[in-house]
Amino acid sequence: MIRRKIEENFFRILMVLATIVVAGSFFLIVGTIVYKGVPFMNWDMITKTPGGGFYIGKEGGVVNAIIGSLYVAGGATILGLLISIPVAIYINMYLAGRNIIANGLRIAFDVLFGIPSIVYGAFGFLIMVYFGIRASLLGGILAVTLLVIPILVRTLDEVIRTVPKELGDASLSLGATRWEMSKVIIRQIRPGVFTAILLSFGRAMGDVASVLFTAGFSDNIPTSLHQPAATLPVAIFFQLGSPVAEVQGRAYASALLLTIIVLIITVLSSVLAKRFSKNNIR
Amino acid sequence: MLILTALSVAIVLVIGIGLYIKSEPILSKSSWGTLLTSSQWKPLKGLFGFFPFIMGTLWVTGIAIIIALPLCLLTSFYITEYAPNRLRRILVPFVNLLSGIPPVIFGVWGVLFIIPLIQDHIAPHFVEFSTGYSVLAGGIVLAVMIFPLIVSIVCEVLNTIPQELKNASLALGATKWETIRKVSLRKAKPGIIAATVLAISRAFGETIAVLMVCGNSPDVPHSVFDAGYPLPALIANNYGEMLSIPMYDSALMFAALLLFLIILLFNIISRLVLARLERKLAL
Repeated sequence: MIRRKIEENFFRILMVLATIVVAGSFFLIVGTIVYKGVPFMNWDMITKTPGGGFYIGKEGGVVNAIIGSLYVAGGATILGLLISIPVAIYINMYLAGRNIIANGLRIAFDVLFGIPSIVYGAFGFLIMVYFGIRASLLGGILAVTLLVIPILVRTLDEVIRTVPKELGDASLSLGATRWEMSKVIIRQIRPGVFTAILLSFGRAMGDVASVLFTAGFSDNIPTSLHQPAATLPVAIFFQLGSPVAEVQGRAYASALLLTIIVLIITVLSSVLAKRFSKNNIR
Repeated sequence: MLILTALSVAIVLVIGIGLYIKSEPILSKSSWGTLLTSSQWKPLKGLFGFFPFIMGTLWVTGIAIIIALPLCLLTSFYITEYAPNRLRRILVPFVNLLSGIPPVIFGVWGVLFIIPLIQDHIAPHFVEFSTGYSVLAGGIVLAVMIFPLIVSIVCEVLNTIPQELKNASLALGATKWETIRKVSLRKAKPGIIAATVLAISRAFGETIAVLMVCGNSPDVPHSVFDAGYPLPALIANNYGEMLSIPMYDSALMFAALLLFLIILLFNIISRLVLARLERKLAL
């Protein structure tokens, strides 16, 4: 009996420790980034583009990369939405009743979600070479769009599935076409769409491997789709590789910036999802 | 809408075919066998052996899973069986926040925290000298990256186990841990395996975080303190030069194809298992 009690307590302690490690790793990461990043943080970082000699430690900031990242993430999310809203509706509204096909499609998008961003990056690069596009904002947006489509589709799909079936049935019985019914559903899932947007935006913001070869790098803020664009994660990656201590410090500061942006997006998405869903019919 | 749906699913096929066409030149020169088992990596002489990179990937992934799986299982059991409701509501969002952190941040953290830790505190006990940039560092960083994935899936699977089953075991006088070990664990096995396979495939494809801490030397690692060079890092690191050396682009595309095929296979298997579990539950 005592042996069993000891075993029980031993594993209970082990479980608490494991939980502390897993949940604590979040604080450890954010803490490390804040601790190293704050000393190098200043206004120049977020207000100036890299000046001459930026990469040997002279003055400048990473605003080009911040804007570039926002462009890429924004563009990709909008493009992705245009594709994934119809897809999610199609899976749920038009394939309703044919569950095998719908579930097959869901699995297919889950699988697409699992494909690493480096493969999307390589594939995006292939397409760009094929069409003769140079590394540019456009290329970056296209590659990242591929990356976010599965996220958007699966999130929207989950949201649509929470809408009561009776709502769709009611509009159908009033003589609405499936398309008109979809419009009712879209109104219901607006908060969910918002969550999906933020989720995909956060992912697009932080990904390196897909934009590394497709978006290129530039010290200027891009003014057209055909110019190369710097992105924040790539800027961090490059700066960290520098032997100059100042530049490395800026990498820490940029990492802090990226962490803050992404965390704000993540927290915002969960808060907004809660607030908006209050007015929905359940 | 049908067209859009078909197109976006067809991306899988298009990627596979595109990568295959691009890696055709190197496949026509040497066989799959030699490409996969040769250790000769001398692009300038036209020798492309992927064995060191495959081994690098396997080492890093293996270490990550060995670290992450026990920790995550224990955490999931704690969250689902032991944690009071209030604590659970705090814990779950934190695990989710962790999944939102971009890979490059994990990489920076690895460089700032894990590398010095290994260099100064862990490696000296075992080997004479280590820079810290090693497959162990890559494994640790990857382990932290796959925490949220495993925990969220395993928690979901554990939540599907009927309470009556656990109650029956408890009523027979089993302790909570015995119930977990003999009932929950057995019942959740397919789900846990699927989560693991999914985590493995995630770890396989992770690029930038691993690239930053792994050392990147094209040799087969022999201990956890050796540097490794996983496949995704190889692709990411050499894009710049690939158009200037003959066959190099084809070799890199072959690496991407390899990665794609392995991950596709793993993903399909684990998703099918998870989907079947879900369906069983719905009935």
